[in-house]
Amino acid sequence: MSAPTSRRDPGLQPERTRLAWRRTTLSSTVAAVLAVKAALYDRAAGGFAIAALCCLFWLGFLVLAHRRIRALASAGAGRPPLLAPRHAAAATLCAIALAVCAAALVL
Amino acid sequence: MSEFARNIRLWFAPEEIREEGETPDYRFSLANERTFLAWLRTALALIGGGFAVDQFLPHLSWAWRAGLSLALLVSGVLCSLRAINHWVRCERAMRREEDLPSSRFPTLLSLAVAVVAVAMVAVVLVGRAG
Repeated sequence: MSAPTSRRDPGLQPERTRLAWRRTTLSSTVAAVLAVKAALYDRAAGGFAIAALCCLFWLGFLVLAHRRIRALASAGAGRPPLLAPRHAAAATLCAIALAVCAAALVL
Repeated sequence: MSEFARNIRLWFAPEEIREEGETPDYRFSLANERTFLAWLRTALALIGGGFAVDQFLPHLSWAWRAGLSLALLVSGVLCSLRAINHWVRCERAMRREEDLPSSRFPTLLSLAVAVVAVAMVAVVLVGRAG
């Protein structure tokens, strides 16, 4: 990758990584939609509060994914920036928070 | 588990990973990132399953519904923790040019999912019969 003639990454790694973030966002969308469905079905105040929290965490994940995708795109043909551990930890925490909300809904 | 505790510190300290060894080819790091995301998707799917059991099996007794749902949710949480922990370990191993870490987690997760699936089939069949 150092030679200027081989600038193009033949494996399209940044693009594949971008799509992986999109897929993961979609998975979290499914969980958030199920939370909203539960709230609409039960029509309890607690359920709505939990669904709102789930949407918040989904939004958080969306923002994280979007920022990572922007960072990957901003590199252009150069070296894309590495994923920061803090960024990965924040994405993980969003997933865990969704699970906690689901547990609160069940119990 | 002390290894795990040490890794948790690394989740929030990017500088400490960067200090070790040499930066690998960015393509390897991006592949590691995609593996992390694949595990996170698995975790989110398990969490979605936990939501679904609670909502789509309303005729089950509360204890079974809560038990199955919580089993899926707990495995989802473990899976997401494992996702980031394995990502940190792989990133560090690549920088140190060591072998990638091996792990028993995929086996454990498969067994847990199999147990939950069998339990769900049994509970649904018994519920229909009874």
